[in-house]
Amino acid sequence: MRTPLVIRFFTATSRKGWMALGVFASIALVLLPLLHLAVPPDHPLHVSAYVIAVGGKIMCYAIVAVAMDLIWGYAGILSLGHGVFFALGGYAFGQYLMRQIGRDGAYHADLPDFMVFLDWKSLPWYWFGSDSFGLALFKVVAIPGLLALVFGFFAFRSRIKGVYFSIITQAMTYAFMLLFFRNETGFGGNNGFTDFKRILNYPITAPEMRVALFGLSALMLMFTLLLGRYLVTSKFGRVLTAIRDAESRVMFIGYNPLHYKLFIWTVSAMLCGIAGALYVPQVGIINPGEMSPANSIEIAIWVAVGGRATLIGPVIGAAIVNLSKSFFTQAFPDYWLFFLGALFVVVTLYLPDGVVGLWKRLSQTWKARRS
Amino acid sequence: MKPILLALLLWLFALPSFAALDPAVVQQLAAEDSDLKIAAIQKLAQSADGQALKVLKAMNEEALFAAGDQVFLKDKDQAVDAASGAAITPPPENADSVTINNRVRGELAGALAALRLFSPERHMRLAAAKELTLSLASEPDAGMAPMLARARDQESDDKVKAALAQAYALATLKHADAAARLDAVKALAGSGDPNIKLLLLATMEPANEAEVTVRRAAIAAHAEVKSRLALGETVGRIFSGLSLGSILLLAALGLAITYGVMGVINMAHGELLMIGAYAAYFMQGLFRSYLPGWLDWYVVAAIPVAFLAAAAVGVLLERTVIRWLYGRPLETLLATWGLSLILIQAARVLFGAQNVEVANPSWMSGGIELMPSIVLPLNRIVIVGFALLVLALVWVLMNRTRLGLFVRAVTQNRAMAGCVGVPTARIDSVAFALGAGIAGLGGVALSQIANVGPDMGQGYIVDSFMVVVLGGVGQLAGAVWAALGLGVVSKFLEGWAGAVVAKIVVLVFIIMFIQKRPQGLFALKGRFVET
Repeated sequence: MRTPLVIRFFTATSRKGWMALGVFASIALVLLPLLHLAVPPDHPLHVSAYVIAVGGKIMCYAIVAVAMDLIWGYAGILSLGHGVFFALGGYAFGQYLMRQIGRDGAYHADLPDFMVFLDWKSLPWYWFGSDSFGLALFKVVAIPGLLALVFGFFAFRSRIKGVYFSIITQAMTYAFMLLFFRNETGFGGNNGFTDFKRILNYPITAPEMRVALFGLSALMLMFTLLLGRYLVTSKFGRVLTAIRDAESRVMFIGYNPLHYKLFIWTVSAMLCGIAGALYVPQVGIINPGEMSPANSIEIAIWVAVGGRATLIGPVIGAAIVNLSKSFFTQAFPDYWLFFLGALFVVVTLYLPDGVVGLWKRLSQTWKARRS
Repeated sequence: MKPILLALLLWLFALPSFAALDPAVVQQLAAEDSDLKIAAIQKLAQSADGQALKVLKAMNEEALFAAGDQVFLKDKDQAVDAASGAAITPPPENADSVTINNRVRGELAGALAALRLFSPERHMRLAAAKELTLSLASEPDAGMAPMLARARDQESDDKVKAALAQAYALATLKHADAAARLDAVKALAGSGDPNIKLLLLATMEPANEAEVTVRRAAIAAHAEVKSRLALGETVGRIFSGLSLGSILLLAALGLAITYGVMGVINMAHGELLMIGAYAAYFMQGLFRSYLPGWLDWYVVAAIPVAFLAAAAVGVLLERTVIRWLYGRPLETLLATWGLSLILIQAARVLFGAQNVEVANPSWMSGGIELMPSIVLPLNRIVIVGFALLVLALVWVLMNRTRLGLFVRAVTQNRAMAGCVGVPTARIDSVAFALGAGIAGLGGVALSQIANVGPDMGQGYIVDSFMVVVLGGVGQLAGAVWAALGLGVVSKFLEGWAGAVVAKIVVLVFIIMFIQKRPQGLFALKGRFVET
């Protein structure tokens, strides 16, 4: 008899992993919210709104990084277009946020401001049901998933892989960026969506709402890690790794790589969509710049810095790169690109397994020395 | 304005010209009342005199001054009496500039254009005729007809005469006499101007044109102009497609070589284009400071410099980074992307974040005018020729030299080539340098038609990779057909659906194309085992 899926899902993560998740949960879900909300601002233990905002943003990035790792680290498919799924999720939820502004916009009209500006009289058809929260949640997952399914089907069916696939995904995100930059596309053009006011009629700037979004991001990150662990330890994950290492042999044994690749590719895109939807209310803006090829390729470097084919690596990588980005762009704006460029080169040349691989190597040498 | 002009023109030819202008008329130019000013302008224009042209020009540029009774204009810090043309020393004090309002300004423009039609210099007359055609095409003015007829009849130059005939036909399009209108419509059939097409379209309406014969002639003329315009548009599109294609070809040739030989995509390829463009900028500056007499030839000098600079950077990249990632194409992608970021930032630090100005040399500026609406810019023609030249050289290098033989051997089968004694590592370096150098040449070409800035190369990597995908690896013919085809197709799509939709359609087409022919248009013959 097979063990039920729920049990398998939860037992995939080891005891050590659960303990780490427990520590993470108690910090992100209990400690930080309490220190932010309950401790007065002038107290030394108070956690500022800035920390909550940056933390929430980095957790969204970490979800994307884990999603990227699932396809790159475990299936060997390097996508240079994952930003498009992230942004589409953000735009899908952004539609809902725009409708929640109601008549509080600059023009006090029923339509979002940019449509009034374009002199549109009614909502375009693809804004249908955008005032429904439930439908927004569905679209956040469905739209990136559908795009990934269609794109992936055609790409994997004709066995496009390696650099071909990477460049084509980059071209895809580039094309989407151009599309969303147009005003006529109906997503706010250059400026995208911004000036959000409410979610479910609660004001979006309230500290409680910020903390709720922060907590949701933390929960989603934990779910992504659990799902990732389950997927890569299952039989499915083993086949996937086999496809990464020797696709022809897997085919000769009788598996069809198309299904495996397509499944993980679509799951990865959906996770990115969710991350985008969590990201947009926290930073308060979504615009086509999120779809620029440079943004998508940066996701790959988060994973590479942290360590491919480990699940904790991408989380660490996303945190390291984004914290250093905040630091550099404030302290030495001219050197950020030099640093980022050097990071790409150094990590690929000298740290093929990232920070996690480095840690493992170092701890092994220490152990060897001690014994 | 019409009756005034008519009156002006009647005077213009009725009266003899004065040696100097009437001081009373000149003083009237500075009058408070606009009507008086306009009357004076008309009187001056009738003189058809060189000094009158100078005075009216000065007035138009608000360089005409009045001090008491004296009216003078300032010419290079020297005060010149408006009536006599004699220098006044010392310049009068308490001078006020003669103010002009919009009505006076309009009158001045008409008077100046009319005066210029009789200028002794051919290019002045041609420009005046064209200016008048343009304003007449938007608003036909029968009052201009007699003057235009006179100017046409005494014109000796064929080109100016044709332009004047066109302007005359436009002016008589609303003539009271039906026969004159018919002649005008027939004369306009030879035009290739979109405005004239619209005018003829309006003439086809019974509401605008009472005479049936004229309407019929207008229909025929309209069809003729329309087909000429459509032909011109198609020619223009094909040309801009070829121009885009030749740029793509220059960008893709180098990429095709490196991708073919080493199987890696160099994401910094666009930045090698940028280096080439900055080399052109650098040479321009060098020539400006040290060889100003030879400035027109800086582009020629920039070609070897750009090739060597880009090739040197290419070798550096290959030796320090790419070589060590052999067999890991995805990591190479990321590492070269990092290198491109570093190169972009380096360009920002060295040359500033703003675009720099690279001017066309005089022999590359201007264009060949096929029709009033279609001008083929000379710089683009030169670039198409340059791309063909580079293509020919690369073909010779790849097919007629020992080095080319080695490069092709490594492209087809690295292990086997190594076994028979081809120094594969050295071929890698040389091929990479060659590819980078060709990108540098592309950068020089690009500097002549596009903005030169640190980010200029970013957009080209995807496009040039599409060319490589479409054309197939290791085949020059494939790259040529793919580049020119993509260029022409995207320009036509842009005309119909806009640039963004064109880009998306091309992308979808390429994805579909790979479904059918994963090896590209021109696949190498042979059997391959996937690794």
